[in-house]
Formats: sequence, C-alpha cells, structure tokens
Amino acid sequence: MTLRHIIGLALIAAVLPLAVPWLGFVFTLAVGKGLAALGVAVLLRGGLISIGHALYFAVGAYATAFLMRNDGINEFLLLLLLSTVVATLVGLVVGVFMVRYRAIFFAMLNLAVSMVFFTLLSKMYHVTGGTDGLRVATPTLFGFAPSRVQFNSVLQYGSLILMIGAALIVDRYLRSPLGEALSAVHSNEVRLEYLGVSARRVILIAYAASAALAGLGGTVTAFAVGHIVPELSYWTISGQLVLIAVLGGIGGTPGAFIGAFFLELVRTFAVGFAADAWNVIIGIALLIVIFFLPEGLYGLLHRTGKQGSTP
Amino acid sequence: MTAILSVRDLHINFGGVKAADGVDLEIFPHELVAVIGPNGSGKTTFLNLCTGYISPSQGSVTFEGQAITDLRPRQITRRGIARAFQIPQLFTGHSLIDNVMLAIAAQRGIWQPFRPLAQREYLDEARRTLGLLSLDEAADLPTATLPEGMRKLADIAIALALKPRLLLLDEPTSGVSTAEKFPLMDKIVSVLRAGKITALFVEHDMDMVERYADRVLVWDAGRVIATGAPGEILRSADVLERVIGVS
Repeated sequence: MTLRHIIGLALIAAVLPLAVPWLGFVFTLAVGKGLAALGVAVLLRGGLISIGHALYFAVGAYATAFLMRNDGINEFLLLLLLSTVVATLVGLVVGVFMVRYRAIFFAMLNLAVSMVFFTLLSKMYHVTGGTDGLRVATPTLFGFAPSRVQFNSVLQYGSLILMIGAALIVDRYLRSPLGEALSAVHSNEVRLEYLGVSARRVILIAYAASAALAGLGGTVTAFAVGHIVPELSYWTISGQLVLIAVLGGIGGTPGAFIGAFFLELVRTFAVGFAADAWNVIIGIALLIVIFFLPEGLYGLLHRTGKQGSTP
Repeated sequence: MTAILSVRDLHINFGGVKAADGVDLEIFPHELVAVIGPNGSGKTTFLNLCTGYISPSQGSVTFEGQAITDLRPRQITRRGIARAFQIPQLFTGHSLIDNVMLAIAAQRGIWQPFRPLAQREYLDEARRTLGLLSLDEAADLPTATLPEGMRKLADIAIALALKPRLLLLDEPTSGVSTAEKFPLMDKIVSVLRAGKITALFVEHDMDMVERYADRVLVWDAGRVIATGAPGEILRSADVLERVIGVS
C-alpha cells in the first residue's frame, strides 16, 4: 500500500513539472519539508510532539554549507550523507536529555534547544554568516561540475527518489518490533518496562532517526535554495513541520509528503492571488482535517483504497 | 532445596503507613504460592518491591541467588520474573496478538529495526500462547475493546510470552465471572505446571486458594503473619479473623 501510494505521489511530482516547469522547484522544497515532517511524524507515533525539529533541519543545511566551505567536500551524494550523519549525531546527543521528558515538557524542551541554536546561528557572525546566512554552491556529481540548471533537475528527481526511499525505510521501521515498541511507549510505558524493554532507548533511536530525516530534509532544501539563513531553525518552521505531519496524517509514511506538497502548493498559489490569506487557507484546511479527517489527508486516500479493495 | 526468590527484612513506608515492615520469606522452585490478606496489608507493594517498581528503604530481594533489590523493572524482567497486574497493563493501541508478539520480541531481542513484528515465527508462537488461555478467537481484536475478564487474561498471556521462571499474578481472576473463575484458573495452573513456572498469586477468593495453592502466605500490616499448606492455614481462627473478618 505504502509502496503504491508513494510511487504514485512521486510520479505526479515528476510529471507535473514537465508541463509547469517552475513547479519542480516547489516540489523539491516540498520533499525537503516532507522528509523533516516524516521525522516529526515518527515521534508522533510514540506520542511525542517536538516543536523544535527545525533545529535538525538547520543542522543538515548548515552542515552542508560548512562542509563545502573553503573548497572542502563538493560531492553531492557525499554531502547528503555526511550532513545527515551530522544531524543524526546531534540528535543522539540532544536526544539523551530529551528522552527523559514526555508531553508538554518534551515539546517545550525541543523548542528551547532549537531557539538557542537559532540565536547562535544569528549571532556568531564570523562562523555562520549571522543573519546574512551562507551560500551553498552547486556541488559536483561524481566528479562532474554540472551547471545550476542541470543540477536543479538532478536535485528535483533525486529528491523524489530520496522521498520514496525514506517512506519505505521508515514504513519498515515502524512495522518492526522496534517501531511497534515506539507506539507501545505511547499507550503503556509501564508495560513496556515490564517486558524488559527500555522505553528511553526506544525513544532515543526514534529521536535520532527523526533528526536524520530532518537533517536530510534540510540538506535538500539548502541545495535547492542555494542559500541558507538562521530562520531555517526558527520555531515557525518547527511548527510548520508539526502542521505538515498532522495535516498529512501519521497513519502512513506517505502522509508527511502529501501534507508537505499540499502546504507548499497552497502557499505558492496563494502568493499569486491571495498573498495575505495563505495562512487562513492553511488554518481552515487544518481545522477540516482535525474535525473530519483524524487520519489526515493520507487517511482519506487510505480509506478510499480500502473501500475499493473490499467488496 | 534452594529458594528461587528470597526476601530478607524488607521495609518500606508510605508516610505513616508501613506497607512492608520486615518481610521475610522464601519461594521455592515450581511452587504455586497464594498471597492472602486484607486490603492495604501490603500484598501489591510486595510485588512492586520484588519487581523493582519501588525500592525498599531496607532489606534485600534475591532471585536465583543474585541480589535484585535495586534493579529496575526491565532488568528484573530480563532476569526471568514476569508480572501480570491487578489492573491489566496492555498496549491499547495494538491488537491482542500484537501485544503478545511484542512480548515475544522483547524476550528474544527487540532491537530489530527492519524485520516486521508480524513475522511467521512470532505469529505462530503468539497464537500458541493465546491458545493456552483460550484467547485465540480474540487475537485480532484491539485490546481496548476487550471485556475486563479477557483483558486480565491478555495481561497474563503477555507475561507468559516472556517465558518467565517466576510469575507474579496480582488477583488473576478478579473481574472474571464466578462461573468462569475455576475453568480460567485451571488453564493458568496447567500452563504453569507444564512450563515448570514458579508462581505467586495474590487472591481474595479462599476457594481458589484452597484449590490451587501449594502454600499460602498470610499478609497483615506489611508482614507475613503465617505460612503453611492451604488446609491448615484456612482453618486457623486467627487467620480467618484477620483476613476475612470472620471470628
């Protein structure tokens, strides 16, 4: 089911830009956000809401910029990998403290750490470029130096492959004993401990995985935009990631991407004819989802699929 | 014979209440021990102390010759003590069989991020475990929708799936109708005997105690006041007065 849905989504995202080329850029941004929102959705499975995951989004983006600085590493795939590894490691270190907290304390502590990071990015001008941010140059591809236009196409389709890969791997993880134990943290932590399982360790792995996804999303965004700013770690981005996860639905991994495509499309079109109203549109959509679609937009697709398959 | 569980001079106070006031006892392999006593006499606290849910202020708990006094519940569980609760502790977001499979996975190694929980081996074993307690028909139901009696059984099935060497059951048949109590306990006891599992069960129903227990521990005000075979204990006037209030 997941396979069919995520490939369907990727096909739509691959074909539409052939007719409307500028959509390619919008979709790449959507995949970047979707990857990070998938990380948030993973934690939601364990009943944990992070309103600070823009931290890892920014860590991924800044890791890429730092690695490329002074003619450092320029290879695209290597940068994707290393930036994700950096985000994962930061997630592991911060996670060691986060796993002690639940509910509102977990949410606020994540927010606090992300805002500290935002301040550091803004103030440490000599290292981070301050509020001016840093430029992310066009990387090389297996040694070749593509033009910006060529690279954008590679990034556009490459990010769709990343999206499929991430959705499938996370789907597998969530169905595994470790993933099911994460949902079990949500419903009964006491019983989990009495099965001999450390709830904190289960959460730590989920937290590191979610940081990895957010970091990967941040790297994709950095490459797409070519310039990064401290706002990537700002709390409104964290809020957006939660919004995307809830809007898309946490019932299946394609949900985060469906939410991200929806948000980016509404935002883009609203700029054209309702520049001041896009927040209202998103707000109303969220209300509709909360009241009528508790499983999110993906739940809608999922339900239609189920109705179709059972006579 | 060496004791599988031995408890020495266990103390814990909750404010002014002495929930454990110098508990001394031994449980021997393959025994089925009933724990009786009035409400508030410290029976559940004793289970909490043995499984690391609370730490005693004084005293020691030894399981299979090793001190487990200050270990956490998960460490104690991994050493072979499983517990079923007075109020069933289930994963309400999961189906019954998923609950049992999680226990099986926990026992064999939960740290598998890419194999599905619902793998053939686990499914078969979970069905077998549920079958032992006649729960197979409810396997695919969400545990949140099960009636109370089944929830109790589900909790015991989860504990059994851990393949414990010592099982602590807190009122295993409370919430189960009178007509179902004996058939249910028959099943539990036959599973325990077949698996050579030592067990301790807290019980209020003296008929159950008399029928199933090899030995009875009588609790009052945080202490074991008497121990012996059910026939002899349940005929003691002093015990009857303290536990049931019959003089």
